[in-house]
Amino acid sequence: MNPDASVKALASIEFDLAPLAEGQEVTIKWRGNPVFIRHRTAKEIEAAAAVKMEDLIDPLARNANVKESDPATGENRVLKGHEKYIIMMAVCTHLGCVPQGNNGEYGIVEGSAKHGGWFCPCHGSHYDTAGRIRKGPAPENLHIPEYSFLSDTKVKIG
Amino acid sequence: MAGHSSYTPTSAFGKWMHQRLPIYALVKETALDFPTPKNLNYWWTFGGILATMLVVQIITGIVLVMHYTPHTSMAFDSVEHIMRDVNYGWLLRYMHANGASMFFIAVYIHMFRGMYYGSYKAPREVLWILGVVIYLIMMATAFMGYVLPWGQMSFWGAKVITNLFSAIPLVGDSITTWLWGGFSVDNPTLNRFFSLHYLLPFVLAAVIGLHIWALHVPGNANPTGVEVKSGQDTLPFHPYYTMKDAFAIAVFMLFFAAWLFFGPNYLGHAINYEPANPLVTPAHIVPEWYYLPFYAILRAIPSKLGGVIAMFGSILILFVLPWLDTSRVRSGNYRPIFKGFFLIFAIVCVALGYLGSKPAESTYLFWARVCTFWYFFHFIVILPLLGLLESPKPLPASISDDVLSKSKNKLAPAE
Repeated sequence: MNPDASVKALASIEFDLAPLAEGQEVTIKWRGNPVFIRHRTAKEIEAAAAVKMEDLIDPLARNANVKESDPATGENRVLKGHEKYIIMMAVCTHLGCVPQGNNGEYGIVEGSAKHGGWFCPCHGSHYDTAGRIRKGPAPENLHIPEYSFLSDTKVKIG
Repeated sequence: MAGHSSYTPTSAFGKWMHQRLPIYALVKETALDFPTPKNLNYWWTFGGILATMLVVQIITGIVLVMHYTPHTSMAFDSVEHIMRDVNYGWLLRYMHANGASMFFIAVYIHMFRGMYYGSYKAPREVLWILGVVIYLIMMATAFMGYVLPWGQMSFWGAKVITNLFSAIPLVGDSITTWLWGGFSVDNPTLNRFFSLHYLLPFVLAAVIGLHIWALHVPGNANPTGVEVKSGQDTLPFHPYYTMKDAFAIAVFMLFFAAWLFFGPNYLGHAINYEPANPLVTPAHIVPEWYYLPFYAILRAIPSKLGGVIAMFGSILILFVLPWLDTSRVRSGNYRPIFKGFFLIFAIVCVALGYLGSKPAESTYLFWARVCTFWYFFHFIVILPLLGLLESPKPLPASISDDVLSKSKNKLAPAE
């Protein structure tokens, strides 16, 4: 009952980042699962970098592009040179729901608006601006798939 | 059922058949003449109601499959086609969907009856364990059936439930991938759920056969909890209990019809009339009502693995119930303290169901934790201790004595 050849064949996709404005987020489908691509604001990147490692529930980066044992620092959650784009599986590590963007207790609040951060409505997991689990039942940071930049605005996932 | 057949056929054909396949003797002994305690109340009719519901589910299900398409791009539309175009398709589908709920209402009453009257105690442990197996198969069948219409709640229910297995250390992720046949819930998942949803009811029928076999060895328990001692205590199953069961089934069908015709969607979720979308999770996802108590237990534990263990544990603990309850007195009627705790336990189960339907936040979460604690406390601490500490009321000498003393009391004022 394991995945057949046709399922495995859907290995990689390409996505054009040029139309993605700062602060904007899209959800695309890869291997049947949703993937978040977010063009982060400077504030979100700063907030992610400022978090102390001992405050994290899951200390590992969970990033297929770095070493498995690397810590979940702000830099290790993205690809070097492309820090403004965060690309990760939109699959809550608890039971697989899609978290809601610009939500949760670890987003950045400016007046009445909130940006960055994710919240999973199913069982209440809160993720910060780098997609790291901060509160709730999920055990791991949102997973980051293997991806590479073909050009400055074109990314290949898988 | 003990002893050899006392049946001797009279007709020539009957004799011929009896020597080759003694099927009529079997029916006569196990269904018609079977000695049944004469004091069974209406709580004992739910076995017959459950058998009827299984037949309703299988018949409506087989016809529904004639019109359903198990493919992600067509499943939702084929269900709408059943609702709009197929002759009496709406009736078939509503019967099948509400029938599942009725099945669970009946099974919960049947289980609570067994728990109150101590029907799981020696020599009926295997009978009880087979019942728990039946309940587990029912839950799996209902879950897979709910996925088939491929609405939003179908899809996300499937995703969340299959993800429960990802909590298992080391092999969890491989197990979920194997269950899905892909990297997410998708067409291969729908196909295999459809296949199993069709298979499991027949497995269920076979296990029910074993359940009834295990029932016929010691015979029925009864409200006094005192075993049958003589022919004075019993009546033949037919016509006494065939009639009583038939009446109860008819009343239950009225209850079923009330849901079916006046609130066919009340027990469902409106969002399941939206086609499945793998990119958006509905804001508030909840399972069908019959899973809610277990869902509340899952969410009450603030750890992924811990929650999954507690949830499965809450069902699996039923397997050892016959050994957790140390009291030698079967029926709750003669156990004054147990009676109180049983009532609290029943309230806790209903409360867990209510809490499972609410978001897992502040007050709700607090109470879900209290109830989860009490659920396990009841089985692990109260039941073993109660058998040792409680002094039960005197038991009647026999079923017949109990019945006669009650009718005497009723007649007393007229004397």
